[in-house]
Amino acid sequence: MSQDHHHQELGFIQKYIFSVDHKVIGVQYGVTALIFLFLGFCMMMLMRWQLAYPGEEVPILGGLLGSGWLPDFMSAGDVDASTYNTLGAMHGTVMIFLGVVPLGVGAFGNYLVPLQVGAPDMAFPKLNAASYWTYFAGGVVMMLGFFMPGGAANSGWTSYPPLSIFASNGQTVWLVGMVLLITSSLLGSVNIIVTIIQLRAPGLSFFKLPFFVWAQLVTSFILLLAFPPLEAAGVLQLMDRVAGTSFFLPTGLVQSNMPLEIAGGGNSLLWQHLFWFLAHPEVYVLILPAIGIVTEIVVNNTRKPLYGYKTLVYSGIFLGFMSFLVWAHHMFMTGMGETMSDFFQVTTMIISIPSVVVLTVLIITLWGGSIRFNVPMLFAVAFLPMFAIGGLTGLPLGLTASDIYFHDTYYVIGHFHYVVAPGTLFALFAGIYYWYPKVVGRKMSSFWGKIHFWGSLISINLVFFPMLLQGISGLNRRMYDPTFYEHGASIQSLNVIISYAAWALGLVQLIFILNFFLSIKFGKKVGDNPWQATTLEWATPTPPPHGNFLSEPTVYHGPYEYSVPGRTEDYLPQHVQA
Amino acid sequence: MSLDLIKYIEEPHPLTGITNSKLAMWLFLATEVMLFGGLFSAYIILRVGAPDWPHGSEYLNVPLATANTMVLIISSVTMVMSWASLAMKSLPKFKFYMTMTILLACVFLVIKYIEYSHKFHLELYPSTNNFFGIYFTLTGLHGLHIIGGILVNTYFLLTANKSWAEHPKMFTGRIEAAGLYWHFVDLVWIFLFPVLYLL
Ligand code: HEM
Ligand SMILES: [Cu+2]
Repeated sequence: MSQDHHHQELGFIQKYIFSVDHKVIGVQYGVTALIFLFLGFCMMMLMRWQLAYPGEEVPILGGLLGSGWLPDFMSAGDVDASTYNTLGAMHGTVMIFLGVVPLGVGAFGNYLVPLQVGAPDMAFPKLNAASYWTYFAGGVVMMLGFFMPGGAANSGWTSYPPLSIFASNGQTVWLVGMVLLITSSLLGSVNIIVTIIQLRAPGLSFFKLPFFVWAQLVTSFILLLAFPPLEAAGVLQLMDRVAGTSFFLPTGLVQSNMPLEIAGGGNSLLWQHLFWFLAHPEVYVLILPAIGIVTEIVVNNTRKPLYGYKTLVYSGIFLGFMSFLVWAHHMFMTGMGETMSDFFQVTTMIISIPSVVVLTVLIITLWGGSIRFNVPMLFAVAFLPMFAIGGLTGLPLGLTASDIYFHDTYYVIGHFHYVVAPGTLFALFAGIYYWYPKVVGRKMSSFWGKIHFWGSLISINLVFFPMLLQGISGLNRRMYDPTFYEHGASIQSLNVIISYAAWALGLVQLIFILNFFLSIKFGKKVGDNPWQATTLEWATPTPPPHGNFLSEPTVYHGPYEYSVPGRTEDYLPQHVQA
Repeated sequence: MSLDLIKYIEEPHPLTGITNSKLAMWLFLATEVMLFGGLFSAYIILRVGAPDWPHGSEYLNVPLATANTMVLIISSVTMVMSWASLAMKSLPKFKFYMTMTILLACVFLVIKYIEYSHKFHLELYPSTNNFFGIYFTLTGLHGLHIIGGILVNTYFLLTANKSWAEHPKMFTGRIEAAGLYWHFVDLVWIFLFPVLYLL
C-alpha cells in the first residue's frame, strides 16, 4: 500500500460519489438497487390494496398521492384502472431492471468479482463508474414518467404493441430509460468479462474459480448478447411512437371506430420475438448470480467440498447457452404455428435439465455436512425449495396443452414470482448477510436476521402459493378488478389473505432495513475472515482498501477446500500454501 | 496492491495473447453484431411479410451511395495507415492519416445529408412506408456510429502529443482498438448498401 498514500487526499465527493473504486461502485449499485426494490415493493402494495378491496379509496395514501401532484395517478384516491396498469407495468420493470439485476450483477458482481479473482480493481475502473451513472440516469428518466400527463408506462413490463405505441408519453420515457439501462449493462458486462479473463491472480486457473465468478461470467455473456436485440426493438418502437413509422403496426388498425392514419404493413409479433429474445435469457440473469451466491454460502456452511464442481460449471454454461433458444415459449398463444411451438416446447424441456442438475448438486452438497445454520445459510437453504417450486410450476407452462389453460392467469404470476422473489431475493438477502462483514467490518444482528428470515419465509409463501390456486381457478392476471367476473368473485377471499400476507412481508422488511443501517454502528465487530471461508475476498483487510490486497495473492488450491484431512483448521484458503 | 497493478493494459496477456482494451473492443463489437443483427432480422421479417416492397434503386440514389461506399473503404485504409504509422514510430504520419480518416468520415456525412434532404424534399419520410422507415432507421443509426467514431478519433488526434510522449504502447493499442471499431462501422455499411439500395 506504500504507493497508495496519495489516495487519502481525495475529497469526500471523489471518494464516495464519483469514485472509480469497484467496491464503492458496488455499494452505490447496491444501495440504489435496494431503494428501487423498495419503490417497486410500494407500488405492489398499492396494487394489493386494490386487489383485496376493489374500488375502495386507499387509506391515507389515497389523499397524499391522489391530490394531483402526480397527474393522472389515483385521481379519485383509489387505484383506478389506468393507475393499476401503470403500477403493474412499473412494478415489473422496476423490480427486474432497476432492482434485482443491478443488485445481483451491479452490486455483488462489482464488489466481489475483482476480490475473488485476486485483482486490484476491475479492468476498466472509469468505465465502471460510467456504467453506474448510466444506470442511475436510466432509473431517474423512467421515474419521470410518473410526473407526465397520462402517467408512467402502462403497457405492462412487456410493452406489447400496438397498445404500447398509442400509450401516453410515459412509454416514450420508458423506452429512453431502457436504452440507458441497456447501455449501462453492456458497459458493466464487458468489464466483468475482461476482468475475469485477464486479471485472475497467478495460479488461479478457470477451474479454481469460485462458482460465483463462473455465474457472473455466464450472466455477463447473456447480458452482452441478449440485450442488444432489445435495444434494436426499443429503437424501432421509439420510431413508431415518435417518427410515425409502422414497424409494429399492421395494416387496418382501428381505434375508437376510426381507421388509423398510418402506413401499416408492420408486424406486432416482431416485437414479441425481439422482446423475449432478451427477456427469457433475462430470467437467467436474475437466477444465475443468485445460484452463485447460494453456492458460496452453502459450501461454506456445510464445511465440506462442493459435490460436483465441474458439473455445476458445465450446467451453468449450458443454461446460459440454452437460454437463447427457448424464448418463444412465451408466445404459444399467439398463433405463431405448430412447428414453432413444437420446437420451443422441446428446448424448454431440455433447459429444465441443467436447472435440476444445479439443484441436485447443491442438495447433495448438504448431505452429511455438519451444517451451521447462521442467517445467510437459512436464506440460502430456503432458496433451494423455493427455486424448486418456481421451476416445477414452470413445466406446465412450457407445454402448449396445459399452457392454453394457464396462460395469462395468476398461475403464471405465482410461478415466476417463486423464482424471483422467494428464490432470487432470498439469495440476495443471503448474500447481503454473508458479505456485509467484509464491507462494513461488523456483522448484522443475527437475532433480528432470524426474525427477518422466518417472517419473510412464512409471509412470502402465503403471498405466492394462493396465487397458484387463483390461477388454477382461472383468475386472469393484469385485471384491476378481480371480482369483475364470477369465477374471480367467488374466490375473492384469497385476495384478501394474499394482501394481508404482503403487508406482513412489508413489515418484516422494515426489520431488515433497520438491522442493515443500525449494524453499521452497532453490529458485532469481526475480523477479516469471520466465516472461516476459503476464497480470496476473505484474504483482504476489512474493509478492503483501494487496491484490495496488501500484496498480490498467489493461488494454490481450488475454491472449496473444507475439512481437508491432516489440518488443524477445517478449511484451507486458496492463497495459503499447504 | 497499487492500482498501477492492473495488468495487461500495455502488454498482452500471456495466455489469451491480447490486451484488456482489445478484448473489450471485441466484446463490444459482439454487442454491435447483435444490435444490427436484430435490426436486420426485423428488416427481413417486415420485407417477407409485405405484399409489395419497393426496389431500393427506384427510390434511392445509387451513385451517391456508391461514392459513399468508396469514401468509407478509403477511410478504413487511412485508419490502418494511422495505426501502422504509430507502429513505425512516426507521430507526424499518424496525425496526417488520422486527419484524413476524420475528414473522409465527414465527407460521408455530408453526402448522407444531401441524400436525406433530397428525400425530405420529395416528402419521403420514415412514416411514408416501412421501406423508408427501415431505411432511415438503419442509415440513421449507422450515421450515429460514424459520428461516434469521429468524436473518438478527434479526441485521440488532439491528445496525441501527450499520449505518445507518456504511454506510446498504450496509445498504439488504443488506436488499434479504435481501428477495429472503424472497420466494423464500414462493414455495416457494406451490408446496408446492397440490402437497402440494390435488392
Ligand atoms: C416480493 C413481493 C412481490 C409481490 C407481493 C409481487 C406482487 C405482484 C403482483 C400483485 C403483480 C401483478 C399481477 C397482475 O395484476 O397481473 C405482479 C406483477 C409482476 N411482478 Fe411482482 N411482486 C413481488 C416481487 C417481484 C419481484 C422481486 C419481481 C422481479 C424480479 C417481480 C416482477 C414482476 C413482474 C415482471 C410482473 C408482471 C408485470 C406485468 O404484468 O407486466 N415482482 N407482482
Ligand atoms: Cu421464458
